[in-house]
Amino acid sequence: MKILVCISHVPDTTSKINFVENNTKFDSNGVQFIIGPYDDYALARAIELKEASGATVTVLNVGLADTEPTIRKALAIGADDAIRVNAEPVDSLFVASQIAEHTKGVGYDLILMGRESIDFNSGVVHSLVGELLGMPSISPVMKLDIVGSAAKLSREIEGGKESLELNLPFVAGCQEPIAEWKIPNMRGIMSARTKPLKVVEASAVSSGVKLQKYELPPAKGSVKMISADNVQELVSLLKNEAKVI
Amino acid sequence: MAILVFVESAEGKIKKTSIEAVSYAHAMGGGVTAIALGSVDKAELENLGKYGAQKVLHVADERLNQGLIQAYASVLSKAFKDENADILVLANSSLGTPVAAKVAIQAGASLATNVVELPNTSSGFVVKKSIYTGKAFSLVELSNAKKVIAIRKNAAEIKEVGSPASVTPYSVTLSDADFSTKITATEKATGEILLPEANIVVSGGRGMKGPEHWGILEDLAKSLHAATGCSKPVSDLGWRPHHEHVGQTGVKVAPQLYIAIGISGAIQHLAGVNSSKYIVVINKDPEAPFFKAADYGIVGDAFDVVPKLTEAIKALK
Ligand SMILES: Cc1cc2nc3c(=O)[nH]c(=O)nc-3n(C[C@H](O)[C@H](O)[C@H](O)COP(=O)(O)OP(=O)(O)OC[C@H]3O[C@@H](n4cnc5c(N)ncnc54)[C@H](O)[C@@H]3O)c2cc1C
Ligand SMILES: Nc1ncnc2c1ncn2[C@@H]1O[C@H](COP(=O)(O)O)[C@@H](O)[C@H]1O
Repeated sequence: MKILVCISHVPDTTSKINFVENNTKFDSNGVQFIIGPYDDYALARAIELKEASGATVTVLNVGLADTEPTIRKALAIGADDAIRVNAEPVDSLFVASQIAEHTKGVGYDLILMGRESIDFNSGVVHSLVGELLGMPSISPVMKLDIVGSAAKLSREIEGGKESLELNLPFVAGCQEPIAEWKIPNMRGIMSARTKPLKVVEASAVSSGVKLQKYELPPAKGSVKMISADNVQELVSLLKNEAKVI
Repeated sequence: MAILVFVESAEGKIKKTSIEAVSYAHAMGGGVTAIALGSVDKAELENLGKYGAQKVLHVADERLNQGLIQAYASVLSKAFKDENADILVLANSSLGTPVAAKVAIQAGASLATNVVELPNTSSGFVVKKSIYTGKAFSLVELSNAKKVIAIRKNAAEIKEVGSPASVTPYSVTLSDADFSTKITATEKATGEILLPEANIVVSGGRGMKGPEHWGILEDLAKSLHAATGCSKPVSDLGWRPHHEHVGQTGVKVAPQLYIAIGISGAIQHLAGVNSSKYIVVINKDPEAPFFKAADYGIVGDAFDVVPKLTEAIKALK
C-alpha cells in the first residue's frame, strides 16, 4: 500500500500572530514552526498502518526551502521519503492543485491530511484534492481502518459522529483520536538526514483568490470583576448591559 | 446578481446556520434562490421566503436524507448552473464545507470558507475570513465570475424581510458514483442544543474535578438554554464526549455568551472561543489567564458559585 501524507508547516499553537509589510505578510520573527497538529495525527496513523501492514509513506509539503526542517521531522517520525513542491502556499486551491499534480499517476492508495491547517484554517485542501483527482474525500476522520481494498471510517459531525464505508483510494482529513502523536527517536532523527527529499517545481495555477491584507481582531476591553457573593450582579449585567440572557 | 443558497436541514427542520446564510444572501442584494435536499417540512421551506428567498427549490429524494457529500455536490453544481447563479452561499459545516469545495472546482469558482461578514464590493469583491484559529483575519479578493462562499456563524443577522415563498420541486439524475461512500450509522446527541450552533455555551475544565460533577454545569446550561462544552483534557480523560471539546483542536464556537468554569484559559483553548460576543470566567485562581480574555469574571469555587448562579437565573425567568 502507498500512502501520501500532506503536511503543512505552521506556527506553533502558542505563537503570537503579527503581520509585517503593511499587513500583507506573516511576521515569522521569533516564531517556531511545527507540523500542523492535525497533519501530525495523519502522519501518526500512516506510520501505524505502515507498521501493521508494510505500507510506504511519502510526505509532501508545498512550501519554500525554510519548511525542510519540518519535513525532516516527518521523516524522523517514520515517513520513507518526501517531496517538497517549491512554492509559497498562497491559498487552498493553489496548494490542492500542486498536491493533485504531483499525485496523479503515482497510484497512492490513501492520501492523508489534517482536518485543517492552523494558519489558513480553510479545511478544504483535502476536499479540493479529492475533487481534482476524482476520489472521495472524508473529513474530519477520527477512526480509520483498512480491510483489503476497503475502509471503515468514523467522522465527526455536529453533535455526534457518522460511520462510513468506502473503497480505496480516497483522501481523508484526520483529527484525534485517530492515532497518538509520535515523537521522533534518536535513530529516527539520524536516519531522516539521509532519506530522500525531492524538490519539484510548482505548476502555474490561478485560483481566483487574492490576498489584500491581514487584520488583527480589536483588543479586548478590560474584565469586570464581580464578587462571588454577588452572582445577582452578574445576572443583571448579562441581562441589562450585555443583553445576552 | 443571482445568488443560490444551500440550506441544510436536520429532522425536517432547516438549520439556523442556514437561515443565516439566506439572510446573508439577502443582505448582499440580488435574487436569492434557496435549495434544500432530502425530506424537509413544507412549512419550513416556505418560511425561507420570510428571510429573503424569492424562490425555494426542493430535491425530495429520500436517499438525500443522509448527508452524502458527493451526491450533494452533484446536485448543487447542477443547480448552480441551471439557475445561472453567480454566487453560492452556504454555512460552514461538516457537510457544507466539503460541498463548497467540490462545487467550486466543478464550477470554476473562487472559493472562500470561514467568511465572517458581508463582502465589500466597493472595488472588486472582497471577503473577510477568519484565519490563525481566530487570532487574525484575511481580506481576500474573489476574482472569478463565479464565487462560492461558506460563512461562519454570526456572519449575518437573521431578519424577517418578506413573506413565505412557494416551493418548486427540483430533480437531478444522480449516478452510482454519487453513492459510492456509504454512511452505515449515525450517532447524534438528540434533544440537546448543538454546541456549534448554540447562542450560549457553558463550558467546564479540569477544575470541575471529575465527570460526576457535571450535573451543576448541566443545570446551569438548562436554565440558559445553553449547550455544554469542555476543555481538551476533559475530553481526553473521557469525562465528556469528544465533540464537546472546544479549542484549537476541537470545536470553534461563536456564541453570544461563553461561560468558562474551571478552565485556565490556555492559548489553545482561547483559540476556539475568541469569536464569542461575551465571555464570563469563573475560576478560583485570580491569576488564571482566562480572566484577561473575559468580559466578566468571578473569582471563586465553582462548586459554590455555579449553583447560586443557576438559582439567580431561574429566579429571573
Ligand atoms: C497542540 C495543542 C493543542 C491543544 N488544543 C486544545 C484545545 O483545542 N482545547 C483545549 O481546551 N486545550 C487544548 N490544548 C491544551 C491546553 O494547552 C491546556 O492544557 C488545556 O486547555 C487546559 O485545560 P483546563 O483549563 O481544563 O485545565 P487546567 O489548565 O488544569 O486548568 C484548570 C483550572 O481550573 C481552576 N480550578 C480548579 N479548581 C477549581 C474550582 N473548584 N473552582 C473553580 N476553578 C477551579 C484552576 O484554577 C485552573 O485554572 C492543546 C494543547 C496543545 C499542545
Ligand atoms: N502547504 C501545504 N503543503 C502540504 N499540505 C498542506 C499544505 N497546506 C495544507 N495542507 C494539508 O491540507 C490540510 C487542510 O488544510 P486547509 O485546507 O488549509 O485547512 C492540512 O491539514 C494539511 O494536511
